[in-house]
Amino acid sequence: MATIARILILAGVILIGVPYILVGIGMVMGTMGMNDLFQMTQTIVIGVLIGGLYALIGIGMTLIMGVMGIINLAHGQILMTSMYVTFVSFKYFGFDPYVSILISMPCLFLVALFIGRYLLDPLIGRESILPENQVLMTVGVGLCLTEIMRFIFTSNYQSVRTSYANKAYYIGSVSFNYPLTIAFFIALMLTVGLFLFLMKTDIGRAIRATAQDKDAATLMGIPQRKITFSTYALGSALDAAAGSLLLPVYYLFPDLGGPFTLKAFVITILGGLGSTVGAILGGLTLGVYESLGATFVSMGYKDAVGMVIFLLVLIFIPGGLKRVTRI
Amino acid sequence: MSIFEARNLVKYFGGLAAVNGVSFKVEKGEIFGLIGPNGSGKTTVFNLINNYYPLTSGDIFFNDKSIKGLKTHTICHLGIARTFQVVKPLARMTVLENVTASAFCRVNTIKEAQKLASKAIEFCGLEHYKDQRAKGLPIGLRKRLEITRAVATQPELILLDETAAGLNPKELDQAIKLIKEINRRGITIIIVEHIMKVIMTISNRILAINYGRPIAQGTPEEVSRNPEVVKAYLGEEYAQG
Amino acid sequence: MKKPIKGLGPIIILILAGVLPLVVNHDYYQHLMILALIWVVIGSSWNLLAGYTGQVSFGHAAFFGIGAYTAGILYTKLSLSPWWGMVLGGFSAMILGLLIGYLCFRLRGPYFALATLASGEILRLIANNWTDFTEGMVGILIMQTFVSKLPYYYLIFFIAAACIFVIYLVMNSKWGYYFVSVREDQDAAASLGINTALYKNISLMISSFFTGTAGAFYMNYMGFIDPSVVFSLHNISIQAILVGIIGGVATLWGPAIGALVMVGIQELFRTAVFGLAPKWVSQGHALAFGLMVVLTILYLSNGLVGDWPKIKKIFFRKPSREVS
Repeated sequence: MATIARILILAGVILIGVPYILVGIGMVMGTMGMNDLFQMTQTIVIGVLIGGLYALIGIGMTLIMGVMGIINLAHGQILMTSMYVTFVSFKYFGFDPYVSILISMPCLFLVALFIGRYLLDPLIGRESILPENQVLMTVGVGLCLTEIMRFIFTSNYQSVRTSYANKAYYIGSVSFNYPLTIAFFIALMLTVGLFLFLMKTDIGRAIRATAQDKDAATLMGIPQRKITFSTYALGSALDAAAGSLLLPVYYLFPDLGGPFTLKAFVITILGGLGSTVGAILGGLTLGVYESLGATFVSMGYKDAVGMVIFLLVLIFIPGGLKRVTRI
Repeated sequence: MSIFEARNLVKYFGGLAAVNGVSFKVEKGEIFGLIGPNGSGKTTVFNLINNYYPLTSGDIFFNDKSIKGLKTHTICHLGIARTFQVVKPLARMTVLENVTASAFCRVNTIKEAQKLASKAIEFCGLEHYKDQRAKGLPIGLRKRLEITRAVATQPELILLDETAAGLNPKELDQAIKLIKEINRRGITIIIVEHIMKVIMTISNRILAINYGRPIAQGTPEEVSRNPEVVKAYLGEEYAQG
Repeated sequence: MKKPIKGLGPIIILILAGVLPLVVNHDYYQHLMILALIWVVIGSSWNLLAGYTGQVSFGHAAFFGIGAYTAGILYTKLSLSPWWGMVLGGFSAMILGLLIGYLCFRLRGPYFALATLASGEILRLIANNWTDFTEGMVGILIMQTFVSKLPYYYLIFFIAAACIFVIYLVMNSKWGYYFVSVREDQDAAASLGINTALYKNISLMISSFFTGTAGAFYMNYMGFIDPSVVFSLHNISIQAILVGIIGGVATLWGPAIGALVMVGIQELFRTAVFGLAPKWVSQGHALAFGLMVVLTILYLSNGLVGDWPKIKKIFFRKPSREVS
């Protein structure tokens, strides 16, 4: 399985190799010391853990992009809505966020199905000067979701304190933050589940076929439109899961959608449009490099990391990582 | 003096050579045909000539000057126009607007461009459709629009890419008439075609290619009798008749 | 494609708009009018690049912000009056436009849109963090030159009129044909002798120039800017797109109408129909806007101006003459 080997090597290089090289350069230049070297492992670990969540968000977006060919600029807002759903089930029903996934995923799946069926589907194939109609519709949808949530919950920051919020596991001197670690493993399970779904089930195959060649898929009897808005719903459901997993470690407010949408498309561009493996790699990469940026540069520039990666990819690797690994 | 020369054109897409060593010269004022089975690389040759794809190796000469690597729009200004196999009308613009846009290649004011465009439209027989949106035209007229646009750039050489495909017999005759008329005005033509009737009747000379390589060159009669060509492409009946 | 400005119409509009602030001598309404005119400029500029040339920018805030900060920084660093920024704001936005064009025009469709979006965001982050140069999140504060709003009104009115006039001239020239050709089919355009890269950049430079000038005006008029306001993705970049869509892309007056509608409706909601409706209505002004976007894209995809025939049919249908 040469492909898997290639992917693992690439992951190793990007997630471990390059950071250490950067620190090495820093040490040579005198701006960093041995202390920073010891911090590396911890930083990378945190980065990988949160990268798992990012990967989930990225997979959702790349799935939608691959099948529908549109950028879902409401992705971050779906995440935000799912976080509010999770928040409500914690506050008023006492459900642990990780259990709430079972609520938030179906909820947002239905919401997204509605959006896909009644708002996005009518726009397909519609003649218009601006081809970006669907994308702009998602902007409008995102706006509406944000404002609806603001209406209900006000702009106040909310957060969720679970009993295990501050616990951590230790392996050597490296701490594994409890909520993040659980989130990582759940994200892992969902990803594996998704792969099995895409590879083994009929619907999954239909989705992959549509992503590869819409017309051929239609000729094979695959109901185009149903698959399209079902994929939108599926991608959003994964997004929703990420939201539930994110709530224990993040402040919640109506406007948090925007930055996450940006993160999602940085991941997608980095991994290559439509490539789920690419999205995983992209998510982990973003997580690790944001972590590095936060630790060694400053918190303020954390968001800039995503933008810098985006520019670098656009200029140097236009097809994304998927081009490099040929997945 | 040949107006156009393609020398050893090679184009690789990844590991596949779409064009592999195609060379030919075209004399001023002639109609030069390029034939070959599907996938033989004919349209790729055109795409190489106006730098729609960059050459992997080889050279191209127009009026004795190398045009290799020049930008597509520069090549148009130098006098080479082309039509596309899969037609590319400027959909939301009318026929007149389409041709006016291309006429700006030679003039600078709207009045002059519209005048030049109207002349080209009349020449190509599209006056009735002047104010119709390109989107709404049937395929035969869209192909004619492609040619009209090319003519309006006042070229010395036109590359016609499968302009006859999809036409019914009447439209086919009109197309052949138009191409001959364009040639009569002194414009050199390189034509890629599938439809034997067109290529055989109007070409002065033909190059046959297969799998990106040349397999025969000469007059229509010579080429049609070449066993290689017959094997790859033509049926026995054409070879004999 | 080229509908000549219908004779008297624009002149009447100009006269009306010119006299309006003298008639409606109320600060609040004058402020709204000025705001609307700023959006006429931003929307029309965006429309030139996106609607006419087909390059849909999701990052016009970059140009607005650069214009604003040019004016602001000239004041904070060189103690020059921000009015210098009015002159230079447009030019610095143009230079930025060339850079952004160089990086982004190699991309097509959604990639281009995302790249422009990223450009706007990167500038916002730089403005936020390069505190020494831009004062960071604190922003820049200046003393406004005029107390009355009238001079500001006439200035932005002049800019807006100039903007629309320039767009009218450009679209009725060779450049106009070339812009639309690029929009319709870039590859065909190249084969017809059109230097697509050059013309995309020309369109971009005009677009960024006016947007930057509007930004510089904003600095002078409002007296205060900060990165989250002038480089805002949602409040500037996306609003520019929505103004264009609601009014009608690829029309001359569309963005202007869109600007009026947008400012009008937002204000209507924000003030709960000027105090006549229940309080909670004012909370929903952004939601109303979002719904407006969704509905416009669904039902009026060519905007109010572009789909005017459709609107006429729905509202002014004569029952006696049924069209089959």
